[in-house]
Amino acid sequence: MSMKKAARFIAVLLALMLVAAACGDDSSSTTAAAGTDDTTPAGDADAVEVFSWWTGGGEAAGLDAMIAVFATTDPDIEFINSAVAGGAGTNARAVLASRLQANDPPDSWQGHAGQELIGTYVAADQIEPLNFLYDQEGWLDVMPETLIPLISKDGNIFSVPVNIHRANVLWANPTVLADAGLEIPTTLAEFFSAMETLKAGGMDAPLAMGEQWTALHLFETIMLASMGPSDWTGLWDGTVGWDSAAVTQGLEDFATALSYTNDDASALSWQDAGQLVLDGDSAFNIMGDWAEGFYRELGMEPNTDYVWAPVPGTAGNFQFLSDSFVLAKGAPHRDAAIAWLTVAGSNEGQDAFNPVKGSIPARNDADRSLYGEYLLSAMDDWASDTVVGSLTHGVVANDSWKSEIDSAVGLFLIDGDVATLQTALVAAQAASG
Amino acid sequence: MAVATAQTKAPKRRRKLFTMANWWGVLWVLPSILAVIVFVYGFIGWTARVSVSAWKGLLADYTFVGFENFTNLASDPRFSIDIQNTAIFTVVFVIGCLVVGLGLAILLDKGIRAEGFYRSLFLFPMAISFIVTGVVWRWLMNPAQGDRLSGLNLLFDKVGLDFLVNEWHGTPTWGIAAVAIPAVWQMSGYTMALYLAGLRAVPESLREAARVDGASELQVYRKVVMPLIRPVTLSAIIILGHISLKVFDLIIAMAGKQVALDVPSIYMWTTTFDGFFFGRGAAIGIVLLLSVAVLVIPYLWYTLRQESDS
Repeated sequence: MSMKKAARFIAVLLALMLVAAACGDDSSSTTAAAGTDDTTPAGDADAVEVFSWWTGGGEAAGLDAMIAVFATTDPDIEFINSAVAGGAGTNARAVLASRLQANDPPDSWQGHAGQELIGTYVAADQIEPLNFLYDQEGWLDVMPETLIPLISKDGNIFSVPVNIHRANVLWANPTVLADAGLEIPTTLAEFFSAMETLKAGGMDAPLAMGEQWTALHLFETIMLASMGPSDWTGLWDGTVGWDSAAVTQGLEDFATALSYTNDDASALSWQDAGQLVLDGDSAFNIMGDWAEGFYRELGMEPNTDYVWAPVPGTAGNFQFLSDSFVLAKGAPHRDAAIAWLTVAGSNEGQDAFNPVKGSIPARNDADRSLYGEYLLSAMDDWASDTVVGSLTHGVVANDSWKSEIDSAVGLFLIDGDVATLQTALVAAQAASG
Repeated sequence: MAVATAQTKAPKRRRKLFTMANWWGVLWVLPSILAVIVFVYGFIGWTARVSVSAWKGLLADYTFVGFENFTNLASDPRFSIDIQNTAIFTVVFVIGCLVVGLGLAILLDKGIRAEGFYRSLFLFPMAISFIVTGVVWRWLMNPAQGDRLSGLNLLFDKVGLDFLVNEWHGTPTWGIAAVAIPAVWQMSGYTMALYLAGLRAVPESLREAARVDGASELQVYRKVVMPLIRPVTLSAIIILGHISLKVFDLIIAMAGKQVALDVPSIYMWTTTFDGFFFGRGAAIGIVLLLSVAVLVIPYLWYTLRQESDS
């Protein structure tokens, strides 16, 4: 081909690219302008946009109930529900991340209370401290004292927890236990010997477990049982080393617990694992208290078809996780967002949300007549226990650290080598702690 | 295109590339060329940049760290499991598809009655997405043992083939091979179609000649047909090979996110979007791109050279 023609071709190509680029700029600036248009007057209080991944089931119903309360307390504020479906929040968080990077934050969004929020959004300076709201509403007096440091950084509280779930719950089949002449175990030693008895009696897998994240869930509860609450908390604030002997002991206990689990765990969801207990194929399952909602949906009776207790060795500790709402820095409707957070932290809001969602309120002055048998027992423990955070559900470690620990535990499920796991956990802290 | 190439000599074709009529053609494809430049090559470039950065967390951090992300991967035990799993998966998947596909194609080529019916039947699985295949085979390959046997294991047990009862993808180390079985099921029909086209292109006269020379049927296939359809095998290996390097959805649907069945694409997803290790995720992406390129580029080069030769 001739040089001239080639040059002309390239010139046209470049010109068109410039046009395309200009068009691109143009359209993006229009959208930005339109975006500012509907949200313009700063501090305007006629609407509030709340972002969440609550689009189905008890979560969405609970959110609707809380929105109904908001409509009575603040009838002039329009509630914009920006819920994004899919992937247990994975999609929603990707959407949120892109909105935050584009400087277009929703007024408030949902996230697991603790480091999952703090490590991501406080580190990027995207949410405001809420101490003023806690003071103004007197929340410090009605929420457990041990909870506050877990949702704070440097003395600043960054979110309003609306519900509380407990991670360290042991679910058991009472018929299986009675047949084997066993009581619900209260220490790790009793737990292991009970499972030994069941195994000797012909039960392949006394402890039901599901896919990899449920192994991480088991890991955190057994570590808490083995180390105790202060060492467990110390792991996350750096006062207890991951290379310490206490960790080694915890990991060995974890390995022992794993030896009683079903060998098809990787193919089961947490519901399938819970079902094994109901069917009597396993005696125990360690899962958060959303399992109770699942059992009730199946029409099971508390204390007849299933019983519960704190994970052996963790009585007196409440390993919690919580959904909470934050206040965006530069929120387009700051006042309305504060009104929303006030409702989210109020007794009316929490009592509307939690009975529907199947969780307990973060406040300890709720209306007890609204809650079922299990939830009442959890409320009693919440008010009196030492509160510690969950790892799997975002309280104690940021997302990076958690995903490194998840890899390490996943590798441990393959090779079963405690020393390798401990080395990997030390490395995980170094990479992301 | 192929016809045109065959008819015109190479230099002549080059001269004709920029006639007035062709200018219009170029104009019409320009939007997609631009889209490809931006969304494929532009993003490859950006990913390459991120892969040598220290980006971790929500905020972009382009601090240059050289090849640190890559050297870390080299010593990452999870990534070495990924490599091992990909290798096992690729071998089982590609060989499985080739053997089953060739077998089916030969059977069909033998003049079976209702050939069209069987051809569609074997091709249909390809129309299903890997997610659907994964969910169905998750049930078929339920690894539960003891009195909770189900799916294929239950079938084996009932018909007296208990020695075949196994833990499928729960098997240590080789579990990933079980995941390759549904992939073979899905893609062997496609391989069959490739081979069938190849077999049909072998002139009957060549086989006849071999038979007249006293070759057995096996020899006809080994000495005459197979060498002639070697290019089909090569294309099939390339196509299947790059599918297996990129496999993601099938594993997620069958086994969820678990390190035992991890592959680079899943590690890339979890480390980037669950753990916010953007630099490491981009590095895995680049490694994947290069490994696919190692497979595809020599093939493209080979085909292009063949086209211009003919």
